[in-house]
Amino acid sequence: MLLIYCPYCEEERSELEFRHGGDAHIARPTNIADITDEEFAEFFFLRDNPKGLIFERWRHIHGCGRFFNAARDTVSDKFYASYKAGEPKPDLSAVHPATEKTVETYEATEGTAK
Amino acid sequence: MAEQALRKAPLGGFHGGSAVAHVTAAGPASRLSLRAGADAVSALSKALGLDLPTRPKTSASSDGRHALWLGPDEWLLIDENGADLAALAAKADVLHSAVDVSHRNTAVLVSGTKAAVAIASASPHDLSPAVFPVGACARTVLGKIEVVIFRTGEQDFRVECWRSFAPYAFGLLAEGAEDAGL
Repeated sequence: MLLIYCPYCEEERSELEFRHGGDAHIARPTNIADITDEEFAEFFFLRDNPKGLIFERWRHIHGCGRFFNAARDTVSDKFYASYKAGEPKPDLSAVHPATEKTVETYEATEGTAK
Repeated sequence: MAEQALRKAPLGGFHGGSAVAHVTAAGPASRLSLRAGADAVSALSKALGLDLPTRPKTSASSDGRHALWLGPDEWLLIDENGADLAALAAKADVLHSAVDVSHRNTAVLVSGTKAAVAIASASPHDLSPAVFPVGACARTVLGKIEVVIFRTGEQDFRVECWRSFAPYAFGLLAEGAEDAGL
């Protein structure tokens, strides 16, 4: 079972108490009525889905009820840091190496196979 | 037949547990779901007659009235003497939200040498005395439902759950208590 640190309860709690809330730090365009459908789709639907470090929103729904942000590795599921909503991204260069650039898609690994 | 509404206890007739963990239904109490900003805490504390806790997992108690910290701006107030908590909170002339949840919640009391073991059979929360001392409280999960666990003594816990989930909570706790006694 994963233990997730809640910055409001100030301790690690079981993952059963939490709910995932999608990518963090998605800025809503200030001119939302003026942008094109493509730009809106980009903002609203399209996410990076990186392999490695990701910043996400989490909600301690069965605890204090607060939303907060957390940095997690999508491969190992390890949580590197969690911080209160509204705070800037923490600098994780010391604890997490640079994200691997290679994406192991079929085209990338087997692209030359006949 | 007399036209009269009778109060029906949600856990009337339920009994269970073991020698090391007694599981009993708590008596009726009035409860209040209170939400307020940091600037309203002192005025509300004065109106309610106890200091609203502002640290995680802490509570305040006086004369059968308890204030449980649930979140940075959220408390659960319980009065075992049935006081009208909403009316008391209304006397504080500050912005706050108070919802009477007396009949939404009910409570199961778990006590005994292995009370913590009985609760831990269904809840992931750490109840060891070092991190969950007397007076500590937390909203967490018990099986598939959400509960508020409140440690009222070294070997005594109050488990607050929603009324419609009470038979489920009682069943889980009674089974945990039996397993703890094996």
